[in-house]
Amino acid sequence: MKAFAQLYVELDATTSTSGKLDALARYYATASPGDAAWATYFLAGGKPRQSVPSAMLREAAIEASGLAPWLFEECYQAVGDFAETLAHVLPPAARLSDRGLAEWVARLAALRGADPAEVKARLIADWDELDWNGRFLLIKLIGGGFRVGVSRLLVTRALAAHAGLDAKTVAQRLIGYTHINAQHDADAFRALIAPEGDVRGAAGHPYPFFLAHQLNGDPSSLGSPDDWIVEWKWDGIRAQLVARGGEVWLWSRGEELVTDRFPEMASLGTRLPAGTVLDGEVVAWRDGMPQPFAALQTRIGRKALTPKVLAATPVVLLAYDVLELDGVDLRDRPQEERRLRLEALVAAIDDPRLVLSPRVERASWADYATLREESRDRGVEGFMLKRRDARYGVGRTKSDGAWWKWKIDPMSVDAVLVYAQRGHGRRASLYTDYTFAVWDEGSEGRKLVPFAKAYSGLTDDEILEVDAIVRRTTVEKFGPVRSVAPTLVFELGFEAIQRSPRHKSGIAVRFPRMLRWRVDKPVEEADTLATLTSLLGDAEKRRTTTDV
Amino acid sequence: MPSYSRTATGGGIIGPPMSDLVVSRPEGLYCPPGGFYIDPWRPVDRAVLTHAHGDHARPGSARYLASRDAERVLRTRLGADIALDAISYGERVVHQGVAISLHPAGHVLGSAQVRLEHEGRVWVVSGDYKIDPDPTCAPFEAVRCDVFVTESTFGLPIYRWQPPHEIFADIAAWWRGNAAAARTSLLYGYAFGKAQRILAGVRDAGALDVGPIVCHGAVEVLNDAYRATGVALPPTHRVDDVAKADLKRALVLAPPSAAGTPWLRRFGDASDAFASGWMRLRGARRRRALDRGFALSDHADWPGLMSAILSTGARRVIVTHGNVPIMVRHLAELGYEAGAFATEYDEDAAEAGA
Repeated sequence: MKAFAQLYVELDATTSTSGKLDALARYYATASPGDAAWATYFLAGGKPRQSVPSAMLREAAIEASGLAPWLFEECYQAVGDFAETLAHVLPPAARLSDRGLAEWVARLAALRGADPAEVKARLIADWDELDWNGRFLLIKLIGGGFRVGVSRLLVTRALAAHAGLDAKTVAQRLIGYTHINAQHDADAFRALIAPEGDVRGAAGHPYPFFLAHQLNGDPSSLGSPDDWIVEWKWDGIRAQLVARGGEVWLWSRGEELVTDRFPEMASLGTRLPAGTVLDGEVVAWRDGMPQPFAALQTRIGRKALTPKVLAATPVVLLAYDVLELDGVDLRDRPQEERRLRLEALVAAIDDPRLVLSPRVERASWADYATLREESRDRGVEGFMLKRRDARYGVGRTKSDGAWWKWKIDPMSVDAVLVYAQRGHGRRASLYTDYTFAVWDEGSEGRKLVPFAKAYSGLTDDEILEVDAIVRRTTVEKFGPVRSVAPTLVFELGFEAIQRSPRHKSGIAVRFPRMLRWRVDKPVEEADTLATLTSLLGDAEKRRTTTDV
Repeated sequence: MPSYSRTATGGGIIGPPMSDLVVSRPEGLYCPPGGFYIDPWRPVDRAVLTHAHGDHARPGSARYLASRDAERVLRTRLGADIALDAISYGERVVHQGVAISLHPAGHVLGSAQVRLEHEGRVWVVSGDYKIDPDPTCAPFEAVRCDVFVTESTFGLPIYRWQPPHEIFADIAAWWRGNAAAARTSLLYGYAFGKAQRILAGVRDAGALDVGPIVCHGAVEVLNDAYRATGVALPPTHRVDDVAKADLKRALVLAPPSAAGTPWLRRFGDASDAFASGWMRLRGARRRRALDRGFALSDHADWPGLMSAILSTGARRVIVTHGNVPIMVRHLAELGYEAGAFATEYDEDAAEAGA
């Protein structure tokens, strides 16, 4: 654990990519394959099943620290991170040990399902063997909250450098590696770094997803529109449909296997020739129109997918790329060629559940800009721009030619900050998570109705200023939450708006965030519920009258 | 025995019983039989000062009483011509029947706890204090009393300091590493107290061979006051007196307010760090986006607060600035008669320097 803790401290202390790569290189140079296997798993974003329930961790923490439960809770509220809280309040270690990471993972796994009293006693004994960093990491590993500002891409590069391999090879081998049921022993690690050609990928694995960059401003910087394939940007679940050897897998972008959530996709996959991988968007679809994302959520959240649920929310795959045909990896072929092959394949399959994401063709960027104004009416988020000669890259790289997302400006209202909650991580102890309200002009006068929460969009300096104002204008405290006197107005942006009986305001918005602080605007002049409702009216009207 | 309200906020409609030796008034903490204030936040006739930090020692009062060690810094900050009676630690002065004495608080040079004795009752007002050793000021002295008025800046169990020699070893290692890479080591810390403690700390860690120590003007003024009061500090330099090449090996001490100012430009790609108790929390460290955070505080940590309170033998404890409700509840659960004073000691200033 000491070596892994040291790596963690070094990664945590630097923001420079080269500094992080150096730290990873030092770790891989000396770690045993068994420990490196688990380190790679955690660094690449693996989340093990929680071996000890949170409530039991808390009880053990309270017992070991000797603090009153309310006092422990206060500590947690001030720190904003359970593992760190625990590391701060536990008594000093009595008998430090140096077990490796793999041994600790095995010890934790053995706690699953054990008798609660036994689990607590063993946890407390384990903590006694670890210093501050070791305890902090152990709790992070148990709780699945391990994060250290290292992207999967960075781990891939570090491993590639360590093994003397091409990064793409390592990326492909890492697919599925962070799945909990994969092997994470010394052999698995050796397979990750084995010489080129020694290892074949597992049968159902997708390719690393190629991710788009956000286009800020005018696309004319991209040159002639003739060099680009333009499509609508769909609001669904990014997925790869993999058909190999008579079997079908549907993977979401988080490399989660979601085949069982979408039986119609599994059934569609059986109609594809063996050795086919399609990239696209799973979208709720009705009468040739994409449905709001919320409709899809009814499919994801449900434990049992009854025929009724399936019929209520039919889905299609809006295909926009083909990554493998006849078992041949096409990712190095130009976008244009892949697109033509995809069009041919979709036409040949001719299945209503497989829809080609249409090309949008206009003469100039100005014409595209005009058409983009219709995005909301069409239930899409703007355009995707893909260079005709782009290869299909790994992650958010630009070396292979870029994909750009050219999104529409969000809807927005001016809203009043009414509650503030302390943030987590680097924002712990600062009031950074806000609840916003608009005026409701009821019969008994005006009152503020909360309708959205947002925590992003402000600069660090603005956050400090808002935090100070929150503290000064606090009306009441409810644990980590404070209600404040209404003095702050923000322009709040969001992507979509819907009716929602679950919310007090009767309205739910998607992806709310602060666009700017309206220091110029008095609270009285913030927007009203009527303004919000009118946006809702527009959205509903459009959705039923426009076709794609 | 009169019954005390649990939260003696003072200044309200129902005042605390007159038999209390210290009450809270809009001007500050007040001693009714003595007719003087302790660390008032508004100008008054008579002010007893615990120490010279800006939120405790404010200008405008007619007469001040403070420790001898605090005199020089106080005159630099409040004006050379203030009416100030300076007394030694332990020396007794009697005012309107109240015996006043000052006892080391271990916080900064000249910091004092104020002991008040009147008709057989003893109250102690702590001001700010720390228990950890600090070669630049007299160590905290436990003073027996009936009622202890304590600060609570770090009044949460998550605050537990490493031994100072370990922190100074870390600072020295950081300085040495930077110097080896020809990078200036830029360390932010409160100009009064923290900076001088760091100077003595890196000297005692045996790090003076690494390179010169450069101090921001705001720090240097206080270094002078410390030296004039008899505190030994290692040699320090103004930035203009150091050759450019030597700056690459230098340790630079600057107040947090110097961050982002043109003064820093000459150091180029410096490694920056902050010395403050608040750096104990990862979130606070990461928020500052500095290379390092050293959890070096001139306040007592949680165990320090608890041991200090215990060592006074007081049965009644009144908590001021910091984590007040938490301390009050915890002390009440331990069986103390616990209450709070609302004060205007500046939490923002504490956040910057503590």
